[in-house]
Amino acid sequence: MKWDWNAVGDFMPKFWDGLLVTLQALALGSLISFALGLVWALLMRTPSRWVRWPVGVVTEFVRNTPLLVQLFFLFYVLPEWGLTLSALATGVIGIGLHYSTYTMQVYRAGIEAVPVGQWEAATALNLPVTRTWQVVILPQAIRRVVPALGNYVIAMLKDTPMLMVITVLEMLGQARLFAQEHFQFTEPLTVIGVAFIVISYLASLLMRSLERRLVR
Amino acid sequence: MTSGLWELVLKGIWTTVQLLVFSSLLAAAVSFVVGVARTHRLWIVRFLAGVYTEVFRGTSALVMIFWVFFVLPPAFGWQLVPMWAGTLALGLTYGAYGSEIVRGALKAVDPAQQEGGIALSFTPWQRMRLILLPQAVPEMIPPFSNLLIELLKGTALVSVMGMGDLAFSGNLVRLALQESAEIYTYLLLIYFVIAFLLTRVMRGLEKKLKAGVGKAPERGVSAHELKRAQTTGVGGHVA
Repeated sequence: MKWDWNAVGDFMPKFWDGLLVTLQALALGSLISFALGLVWALLMRTPSRWVRWPVGVVTEFVRNTPLLVQLFFLFYVLPEWGLTLSALATGVIGIGLHYSTYTMQVYRAGIEAVPVGQWEAATALNLPVTRTWQVVILPQAIRRVVPALGNYVIAMLKDTPMLMVITVLEMLGQARLFAQEHFQFTEPLTVIGVAFIVISYLASLLMRSLERRLVR
Repeated sequence: MTSGLWELVLKGIWTTVQLLVFSSLLAAAVSFVVGVARTHRLWIVRFLAGVYTEVFRGTSALVMIFWVFFVLPPAFGWQLVPMWAGTLALGLTYGAYGSEIVRGALKAVDPAQQEGGIALSFTPWQRMRLILLPQAVPEMIPPFSNLLIELLKGTALVSVMGMGDLAFSGNLVRLALQESAEIYTYLLLIYFVIAFLLTRVMRGLEKKLKAGVGKAPERGVSAHELKRAQTTGVGGHVA
């Protein structure tokens, strides 16, 4: 096994570019999944089953099918429907949508974990529905779910390499490009592999401290 | 779609199913070995198993697949058949997630059971085989079922390496027909059907195993809803 430090040095500028794209995709994907997941979770609590049923089916479908194929779908089908987005935007939407179907379960559990007494108190104080949600239920629910959401952010980080298949040059995309140009596969692939381990380990430390502060 | 193209899709389904079976077997073996090793009484064994788990669930499955396809051959002089390379990458990655499930289930067995085994002077291996595992395995089935669906979704990644699985053959058909919306919808539906069948099978298995230790399978959505395997070891459940 030959390890070439020069190749590592040559790859590093590309690596930082890739890292930036990965983090961008991760940040935007997380925002979409947090927002959309909350929307799904709230829709699943509406009294009408004509809302609950379609939302349930669609999210179940998205959750049980590969993100890779969903990305292909968005990348090749959206332009046919007249919606042309950049590859990164398509990828961010794909990841955000896919993970929103997971975060909705987290929110659901968080909302259910709010004690019944809180609901009853809100009713007793004659709070309107929107205000009950805004100032009583959601602040307590979201506080509980932050660590679990953080878990999904880390899971999302590990799915960002899939954006490579729709031509986004994130870490793996950069590594593959470099490897094909220089015929050196070992160094770039190992560098990004280690980078993933380091980033997800650091993120898990961060999550642990967040968990200690928020969940008591 | 012509019959030739359907044949291509069927071949793709077959490759995906084969890959799913092989890699889930490897993942199951890895989960049990590493999961049990994490409860070992020697700290070095626990430590090594912990390192394995952290490393393999820290990387992305796709990066792992690239690594096995491109780095392993020059490094060790093996050129693996794509099927085995895919199996190795997926099995090792998802095995690391699975080992957490095994460890969690072993830890959840009532400590009195373990103490009972010690009182009866069972050897550690007897305790594991006769007391801990029979009670822990039924509890592992729902999370393993979720992991199996994640693995199914993971098998689509090998198409990036040009292996002729379902996603790959779908892409070929798309190139032939130029009807993306239709073909990708079919593709997603096929994956969804496979996932649905897997959930049913696993639920049946859970029922059978739990009946064996005199328990009823868990009721309600929360027990069976699909969660990503724990990626960090923190914030697993919402209190």
